[in-house]
Amino acid sequence: MSYKIPTFRHPNLPKNDLGYTTKDYEGAVSTLCAGCGHDSISNAIIEACFEMSIPPHRVAKLSGIGCSSKTPTYFLGNSHGFNSVHGRMPSVATGANMANRELLYIGVSGDGDTASIGMGQFVHAVRRNVNMVYICENNGVYGLTKGQDSATTDIGSKSKKGEPNALEPIDLCSIALQLGATFVANSFSGDKDQLVPIIQAAIAHRGFAFINIISPCVTFNNAPGSTKAYDYIRQHMASTNTVDYVPPAEEITAEFDEGTDEKVTMHDGSIINLHKLETKHDIHSRTSALSLMQEYKAEDKVVTGILFMDENSQEIHETMNTTQRPLRDLGTEELCPGAANLEKINDLHR
Amino acid sequence: MTVNLGRIYPHIQANGEISVKPTDTNNPEYFHKVVDCQYACPAHTPVPEYIRLIAAGKYSEAYMINWESNVFPGILGRTCDRPCEPACRRGRIEEKPVAICRLKRVCADMKDDIKSMLPKIPKKKNGFKLAIIGAGPSALTVARDLMPLGYEIDLYEATSKAGGFMRQQIPSFRLPESIIDEETGYILDMGVNTFFNTRIESMKELLNKGYDAVFVGTGAPTGRQLKLPGFELDQGESVQVGVEWLAQVAFGHVTETPKDVIVIGGGNTAMDCCRSALRLGAKNVKVVLRTPISAMVASPWEIEDTQAEGIPIIENHNPLEYVVEDGQLKAMKFEVIEYSVDDTGRETFTPTGQMETIDASLVLLAIGQANAFPWIERDLGIEFTKIGLAKVDEKTHQSTNPKVFFGGDAAFGPKNIITAVAQGHQAAISINMFLKGEELAERPDPSTNLLSQKMGIHDWSYASMVTEEKRHLVPHVDLDEAINSHTIEVELGFDAKTALEEAERCLNCDVETVFTADKCIECDACIDICPVDCLTFTSNKEEAELRRNLNVPALNLGQSIFVSDHLNTGRVMVKDEDVCLHCGLCAERCPTAAWDMQKFLYIAPKPVK
Repeated sequence: MSYKIPTFRHPNLPKNDLGYTTKDYEGAVSTLCAGCGHDSISNAIIEACFEMSIPPHRVAKLSGIGCSSKTPTYFLGNSHGFNSVHGRMPSVATGANMANRELLYIGVSGDGDTASIGMGQFVHAVRRNVNMVYICENNGVYGLTKGQDSATTDIGSKSKKGEPNALEPIDLCSIALQLGATFVANSFSGDKDQLVPIIQAAIAHRGFAFINIISPCVTFNNAPGSTKAYDYIRQHMASTNTVDYVPPAEEITAEFDEGTDEKVTMHDGSIINLHKLETKHDIHSRTSALSLMQEYKAEDKVVTGILFMDENSQEIHETMNTTQRPLRDLGTEELCPGAANLEKINDLHR
Repeated sequence: MTVNLGRIYPHIQANGEISVKPTDTNNPEYFHKVVDCQYACPAHTPVPEYIRLIAAGKYSEAYMINWESNVFPGILGRTCDRPCEPACRRGRIEEKPVAICRLKRVCADMKDDIKSMLPKIPKKKNGFKLAIIGAGPSALTVARDLMPLGYEIDLYEATSKAGGFMRQQIPSFRLPESIIDEETGYILDMGVNTFFNTRIESMKELLNKGYDAVFVGTGAPTGRQLKLPGFELDQGESVQVGVEWLAQVAFGHVTETPKDVIVIGGGNTAMDCCRSALRLGAKNVKVVLRTPISAMVASPWEIEDTQAEGIPIIENHNPLEYVVEDGQLKAMKFEVIEYSVDDTGRETFTPTGQMETIDASLVLLAIGQANAFPWIERDLGIEFTKIGLAKVDEKTHQSTNPKVFFGGDAAFGPKNIITAVAQGHQAAISINMFLKGEELAERPDPSTNLLSQKMGIHDWSYASMVTEEKRHLVPHVDLDEAINSHTIEVELGFDAKTALEEAERCLNCDVETVFTADKCIECDACIDICPVDCLTFTSNKEEAELRRNLNVPALNLGQSIFVSDHLNTGRVMVKDEDVCLHCGLCAERCPTAAWDMQKFLYIAPKPVK
């Protein structure tokens, strides 16, 4: 098996505004199973960051444990990374974000890491509206421990072992919506045309951006009868919208249709151009999103696209009125204002 | 054989949209074209196959692969024009191609005694007797190809040794004689009846000897001389045949001219000569003709271009004498003539008695080609073209006398050794088919073999990793030593270690990426891992649009794109062959083995019993 990839790249690779090619956003060669959906997601992240000209050293990648949580090694090799304890990525991300709000935080987790052991952590990151992109690479199976059903496995879905799952699944998008997530999307690893702009929109979003990505496990959960297999998703996928990400100060060249298109201006000036395929859905309404998901589920369809967003959301730093600067940049005087100032504060409470 | 099967023909889809037909990889020419070096080689030598053998230290085997295909590996490893190297894919992904030619020399230098690996020559002959005229590369190739089939061959050569152009015109500091002796020896030792120092003076006599077929490999004809008074005094110093002089310029042997140059002649060669002389520093170049300008045979645009460069064309001057003083050419003497053409088209040149002398330190003669075949009688059914070459079928090499075949420079004018070898192979196939009573136009197919290189789940039986090693330079002998001798070979050749490093630069382009559409689950794994972004899932379009729509547009139109059958989502897999590294990562990352790495061995057709 090759653990190295040749250094040669296509001589005509395009460059972004920073003069980088996609090569500058690559990581180590994946050690996941051949055909794993997670690798496609890694590449979608590479593509999204490349196209947005994000300086790799301004990104922090965070993960827990699981196949999904291995993937930050396989993208953005020049970024910061923290591979934390199982299910504890949200806490580490929250802490890191509180200490330095200047970085872009990309958390990568899986269905086990998020919906089982890390559920308690996940929900609090959502309700705090931590400014980060939270990607759950959801394959409905515990791949790293050889294929047990997970908390997101649908009722009746059969993995390679052939036993239908008997338990009710957790729908992470619904939970995120109910807990007040300010950006929620559902997507599929095998559809980069949709996935890349969604990741870009999530990066542009200020606040907690949750993307549930169905990512087939070729080894344990790609069998006929599995609801997270490549074939099943392709047959049942129904997009509510397609997305164009338009960077700040770039003109929109795509045609705009008043009836079905919607422009959302993000706080950094970039524009999310939504082409609605489901006209009755209002992406600014949680109830609309929740009922849409219910309806599609009843029809045995998997709804994808941006389900909900609140581009004017207040992220945790704004809510808590924290310092603008990273903690490491604060001097002793700012961190220890002295006895006199302490006295003043104490006086306020007397 | 000549059908370019790598091309993909547009067709119309059910919905009326034009799209590209799925690539037919069963056609041997598709994968052959991917092996750029082999495809570019006139003899189609399986380059990557022998380079792998060199890397494995199997020099004799590597030599034999070469020998089968190009007959003179030791000679070509030093002198080949190397059409393979500009074609090498490595040259498109980094600066320099693999040093293919010098690797060929390595296997010749380092092989063991290969005599036991040479084909056995049947004691019992097949009853056919051939005459081969000439002992250059094409002639020897014909002998090499046909001796193992039981032919009896008489080889006639005007000089005392075999080799032709290779021996006579390549200086021995580039090509030692011992190499020529060795490699021509392998063929002559097969039992060819050789007649050295025997110039064939009459084709009629030769045919009367009852040969079943004759192969003419007598080399290139040259330009005509003009032996006027003074010619002997000059001793060929400053009065030169234009085409030979042009060749010297092309090879870089002539890099300057004296001030005064006269070009005699009114054809395109004359135009080439005077314009080249101008570029090499001549101050005073004149073209002199016997006829008026209106009767010149050069193309009108060539004449215009010449005049536009300010070169005077002097008409109606009949050359009389070279003026040579103290062995130095000083001028040329002409008589002005009156030119007329009568009703029947006959030209008349009437001397006027008016003499003229024009200064010259160099005279270039461009007055037509010398008749290269004065010894071929014109009543033998062998037709000739206007420029004095025999009419020869480009594919079969057969002349208008079905028994007589031509090859090498004698057939289509001067090319190079490897082309002469390739032509020898074709002529040998034709002679064999002709004597078996087969239709010559139906050329035999190449033999091909496609074999999976899979060793384990992620293991290949070839070195799939791509080295970053740069091209190695061939060491030379010390300069002082080299210029003091005409015979010492300047290039030393690679040593075993350097040869291995250079061999590893080969990308193994013959290990093909083979795609099976109905196994593909469109998981993107191959696309994500491909280091050079040559794979794309996309909807099928007509070729120009398809090429633009790829992840990195396929702008090198000289390279094919592979287009698969429709996949489950209705899309197709498209691969741009241009800069594929043949690293096998697509196949390694493929969960369903829809991609596989398979070695494609293409052996050019040969004469068979």
